[in-house]
Amino acid sequence: MGRLAVIYREAGQFKATYARDQAIFPIVQDRVFVTTAVVAAFVVPPLAASEYWLQAVLIPFLIYALAAIGLNLLTGYAGQLSLGTGGFMAVGAYSAFKLATAFPQLNVIVVFVLSGVVAAAVGLLFGIPSLRIKGFYLAVATLASQFFLIWLFNKVAWFTNYASSGTITAPDRALFGALITGPNSTPSARYLTALGLVAVFALVAKNLVRGRVGRSWMAIRDRDIAAEIIGVRPLRTKLLAFGISSFYCGVAGAELVFLYLGSAETLAFDIGISFLVLFMVIIGGRGSILGSFLGAAFIVLVPIVLSNAPHAVGLRLPVALQKQIELMVFGGLILLFLIVEPHGLARLWQITKEKLRLWPFPH
Amino acid sequence: MTMRTVSIAVLAALAITAPMLAAAQPKEVFIPLLVYRTGPYAPSGIPIADGFVDYFALLNERDGGINGVRVAWEECETQYDNKAGVECYERLKGKSPVLVNPYSTAITYSLIPKAPVDRVVVFSMGYGMSAASDGRWFPWVFNFPTNYWSQASAVIRYVGQQEGGVEKLKGKKIAHIFHNSAYGKEANPTLEELAKKYQFELTLLAVDHPGQEQKATWLQVRRLNPDWIFMSGWGVMNQVAIKEASSVGFKMDHLIGNWWSANDSDVVPAGDGAKGYKGATFHAPGSAFKVHAEILKHVYDKGKGTGRKEDMGAPLYNRGVVNAMLSAEAIRTAMTKFGNKPLTGEQVRWGFENLNLTEQRLEQVGMKGFTHPVRVTCEDHEGSGPVLIQQWDGKKWNVVSDWIAPMRDVVRPKIETAAVDEAKKLGYTMRDCAKEK
Repeated sequence: MGRLAVIYREAGQFKATYARDQAIFPIVQDRVFVTTAVVAAFVVPPLAASEYWLQAVLIPFLIYALAAIGLNLLTGYAGQLSLGTGGFMAVGAYSAFKLATAFPQLNVIVVFVLSGVVAAAVGLLFGIPSLRIKGFYLAVATLASQFFLIWLFNKVAWFTNYASSGTITAPDRALFGALITGPNSTPSARYLTALGLVAVFALVAKNLVRGRVGRSWMAIRDRDIAAEIIGVRPLRTKLLAFGISSFYCGVAGAELVFLYLGSAETLAFDIGISFLVLFMVIIGGRGSILGSFLGAAFIVLVPIVLSNAPHAVGLRLPVALQKQIELMVFGGLILLFLIVEPHGLARLWQITKEKLRLWPFPH
Repeated sequence: MTMRTVSIAVLAALAITAPMLAAAQPKEVFIPLLVYRTGPYAPSGIPIADGFVDYFALLNERDGGINGVRVAWEECETQYDNKAGVECYERLKGKSPVLVNPYSTAITYSLIPKAPVDRVVVFSMGYGMSAASDGRWFPWVFNFPTNYWSQASAVIRYVGQQEGGVEKLKGKKIAHIFHNSAYGKEANPTLEELAKKYQFELTLLAVDHPGQEQKATWLQVRRLNPDWIFMSGWGVMNQVAIKEASSVGFKMDHLIGNWWSANDSDVVPAGDGAKGYKGATFHAPGSAFKVHAEILKHVYDKGKGTGRKEDMGAPLYNRGVVNAMLSAEAIRTAMTKFGNKPLTGEQVRWGFENLNLTEQRLEQVGMKGFTHPVRVTCEDHEGSGPVLIQQWDGKKWNVVSDWIAPMRDVVRPKIETAAVDEAKKLGYTMRDCAKEK
């Protein structure tokens, strides 16, 4: 174990240039670790994971992680509480469906990005009240967007191409000759698509929050009047946060239908989703990109582990009882984590890193 | 310390979940059951799941399975949620199921595209995508004995009969109160077409999930004062609607639920107010049939029943029994061709497509007079079976109509058009039924 301290030591790593000082991961070990993790994420699961793990665990995890990053930009960095995530995801999903069916030759990645842009536009619109109202009142205003958008997609049959049941279905679409959406695509292909998108967008988000934009968001979050005095324009900054956050949520919503569910109705984007993503942000850590991943992993994985656990140890419980136990344990775990570490899982990670730096010395 | 505990917990969880993903049992036919015994849809979900499991248990206890091949099943709780349903399906797919009963129209829509890829029959009995009744486009999906569109047309025919002939429907006001989901909306296109054909005034009133809040809907009903109401509700929505209907003083015998909206659990909470409420069905209510006696004797008396004895015979319990019976008979049909052994999805699919459930066979399975014979063909996965109307008298359900035939002349052409649309979305091609055997 003593070795570990030597391994995770930044002594001797001099930052001789500004570029090096401003790197996302200034410490070599971090860089190596993260690169390895990302490469492993691209290589290992498609080869090793079963279809169930890819399809039912990892793909939803990546999609929710993207949505959580989106909400984290808005709530965690810019401090604007939003309960409209489900609505913005629905905008992404329905735009992706409309775009993909109206322009079948359009590249599906372009479809995802464009549906994100549509969601961003809608987000901008619903972000306007944030200029006047704050905190819980803003949450209520965004709640209105949630209900309005779902109502809209239910009401106007054009969004579903007049399907009798109001259900949208992901068509088969290929990228580089391999199907990546639709029922005939392999789970690996869909996983890699989701991973690729989330990797790129997470990097973009990380750079956004380190730069001028992110700093102005945090300034607004910490004290909006002070921010205004030092020259941060609240209108632009808040709307930008709403727009970019909705873009992320929109792409995640499109992915939810195209890469995970295959078909969906508005119920898939109801208020429950908004809360779920908000919990991911709170549990993972507000104002942390890594936290978005940790939070998504917690919310997606824990119920699945809990529902599989009794079976795996040979315990045959009635499903109703099992579901209720699952809900109770899950709720308990959320409480526990919030009490033990109110700043989220990301903070735990940070503490570990700091401890590791000093280890084995106490100070 | 905490990190270590967490990582140990995660590792342990991984270690225990991994082995369960690979187990395939021989000498059994595995049927995953997507159920919901918790949440706002539990009042509807519990009796169905109980009926289902009890019938399979009966087959195993009495006959040692289907022709000697035991039925294995596993329940997975979905809470009627689309995402949970997909997760459940993926989890149970590892056990090589031959058919799946999604018990949710939304989950059915999600599973339909997977069916031909995974080689699993989707059996959505009387729900799901109506367009899938055209077997030429959807070889893997079955929704016999009848679908939502046929049901809507049969209910309109019944209303016509009550009014003294379908031509009397002209100018009448009929409202459709529906669960605002893929399920509830499914009947709308047919109702709209029938409204045009018979010139009645149709009003569509949506109730949002989960359906506990319906004040606005019933306010509209009061203003509109419709002659008849047809309702497509599910779960807690039904109880609330029936209570509201009785409190606004709507004539209960002019309120007709579809076959998912007429269970004991839906009417009992409204007390006497529910008296006279009607519902569609495709099998009789009550537990006076031979199959119930057999279930009592072989399952409940051995202490292997899932529900409570006294809940037997509720319409939705019987629905589960019928669903399990139809699944079992389809598997049995497949065995006549492929032998009495565990079958593959393809073989079971053949069994479904060649199912011919005669009156005689119904008598053998103890369901004479319980439900209607069904015949499935390659073109027709629905069978357009007839519909019964049952009425609640305050204590129990009574059948108050003859078997009402759906308007096949209206429904079938709609199905064929819709099948092309739906199949196009999935990139399917039409198969030639003349070449199937």
